[in-house]
Amino acid sequence: MTSDPATVLEARNLVKKYPGVLAVNGVSFSVPEGTCFGLLGPNGAGKTTTVEIIEGVTRATSGEVYYCGEIAGERFRQESGIQFQNTALQDHITVLETLEMFRALYERRADLDHVIAQCSLGELLDRDNRKLSGGQRQRLLLAVALVNRPRLVFLDEPTTGLDPQARRNFWTLVERIRADGATIVLTTHYMDEAQILCDDIAIMDEGKIISRGSPEQLLLDRFGDTLINLPNGEVRRPNLEDLFLDLTGHLLRA
Amino acid sequence: MLQRIYAIFRARNREFVRDRASLSWNLILPVALVFGLSFAFDGQRDEFTVGVLQQSGEVDVTAHPFFTTPYVDFVAYDDLDAAMIKVERHQLDLLVDPGPPVRYWVNPESAKGYFAELALMQSVAPRDDTVIKEQITGEPIRYSDWVLPGILGMNMMFSCLFGVGYVIVRYRKNGFLKRLRATPLSAFEFISAQVASRMVLIMLITSFVFAGTHLLLDTRMEGSYATLFVVGAVGAISMISLGLIVSARVTSEELAGGLLNLINWPMMMLSGVWFSLEGAGDTLQAISKVFPLTHVLDAARAVSLDGATFVDIAPSLAALGVQSAVFLVIGSAIFRWEQY
Repeated sequence: MTSDPATVLEARNLVKKYPGVLAVNGVSFSVPEGTCFGLLGPNGAGKTTTVEIIEGVTRATSGEVYYCGEIAGERFRQESGIQFQNTALQDHITVLETLEMFRALYERRADLDHVIAQCSLGELLDRDNRKLSGGQRQRLLLAVALVNRPRLVFLDEPTTGLDPQARRNFWTLVERIRADGATIVLTTHYMDEAQILCDDIAIMDEGKIISRGSPEQLLLDRFGDTLINLPNGEVRRPNLEDLFLDLTGHLLRA
Repeated sequence: MLQRIYAIFRARNREFVRDRASLSWNLILPVALVFGLSFAFDGQRDEFTVGVLQQSGEVDVTAHPFFTTPYVDFVAYDDLDAAMIKVERHQLDLLVDPGPPVRYWVNPESAKGYFAELALMQSVAPRDDTVIKEQITGEPIRYSDWVLPGILGMNMMFSCLFGVGYVIVRYRKNGFLKRLRATPLSAFEFISAQVASRMVLIMLITSFVFAGTHLLLDTRMEGSYATLFVVGAVGAISMISLGLIVSARVTSEELAGGLLNLINWPMMMLSGVWFSLEGAGDTLQAISKVFPLTHVLDAARAVSLDGATFVDIAPSLAALGVQSAVFLVIGSAIFRWEQY
């Protein structure tokens, strides 16, 4: 059984069980080509595990992943780019050497000058990986995800820990990647990020997708024309954060 | 595939070479050990020491024929009680009062004292023509000649085990392995690159240290340099493969360090790095054959001290080859990219 080729990525009924924990509980979704798909959820909702199963770095207990209509395999590895939430790079290696090394691992290769310009790394090429700031490091990790000219890019909480300027700068980079025609899968718990970048979102909680659609449609379905009165007397429309809290609750998670 | 292996190989080489502290340690430790030990143990260590009771500072060699005996260091003493204490403590092999009459003191529990006593008796005994003397001449094997392969092998062992085992565990712990797994790189390609990188680096370092110490200390080299190089290369593969087994699944650097030490220490003690196991029991010798370092040192010493050829050291090379294959198969089979 194959998936629709127009769909770049399709996850079918993914399940991941750890001893005593059901981390992912029957997650299914598909991502059309050229879109930015956001996977949202509170900490521990199962977003990262779901994405890592799709990326092939975590083995699912059950379920299937399709890439361009085929079971995700060698072609998927060649054509996807991944930025993990936490990745260490080698010590004593420069930014340029890191990019060259990762680029050499693929058959399909991007023009390195274009990637460097795209991620604004031109001034940092000779710098040791250890001497990069948080924002510079995230730009390098994004560039590493782009060295194979990927059709599909995974960004796992890419702006966590960055200051507001660095976050906005990163959003600009993501827009550039989209403009180049790549499909993006973004996991984040920043609602403003999802609202700005994503065409389509799925909200996860307790290992399951509890809501799915475009940000506008989800807000309309949930809140209609409802307006929120603020304590200072101002009135505003509900946003994704309101939707998120409405769906997942306000209580702290254990 | 080769491009991917080369990319990882080159990056790992750069990482190691630019880590000045590790590189210096790999170069300085063996050189310092070889020079220190050769300074401490070469030369006079087998000479006999005999005290001579007399007043003047220098021993009068005309006072007795025994005092012209070669390979004996004669030291004058004017205090009998002090000299007797030295005999008692094995610091003097014999104490002689040239007399007349000649009188001597010997400790019956001292092996060297026994032979010094025989030499004293021989110096005054009549010549016995029924004993036929044949002379064999040759340069002695100094301790530095003998210990150099041991120290280079030990350095190789540390570098291979920790340089591969510890580094892969660090890569796994900090997520670098996970990042590599998301690329088309296979486990076989990654492991091959690590083995190749460490082998090239350790062979360069070992060759450099060997050349330096060999030139400066004029250590013995009876066999072929090429044969010795092959012994080193095959030994390095074997020990790198052993390091891979330790690193295949471990996620904690502390546990990796403990496991690597569990392998290092028995090898360092039982493989003949510092002293020969020739006189050890059969069981100990059999146990020592389990360790790759034993075969490396046996073969390296056979080449450098006895001029052994490939044919002569074939059993050691075969043992190392079998061990490498077994270690690599196990290491590859249980290798895991991720931390959990």
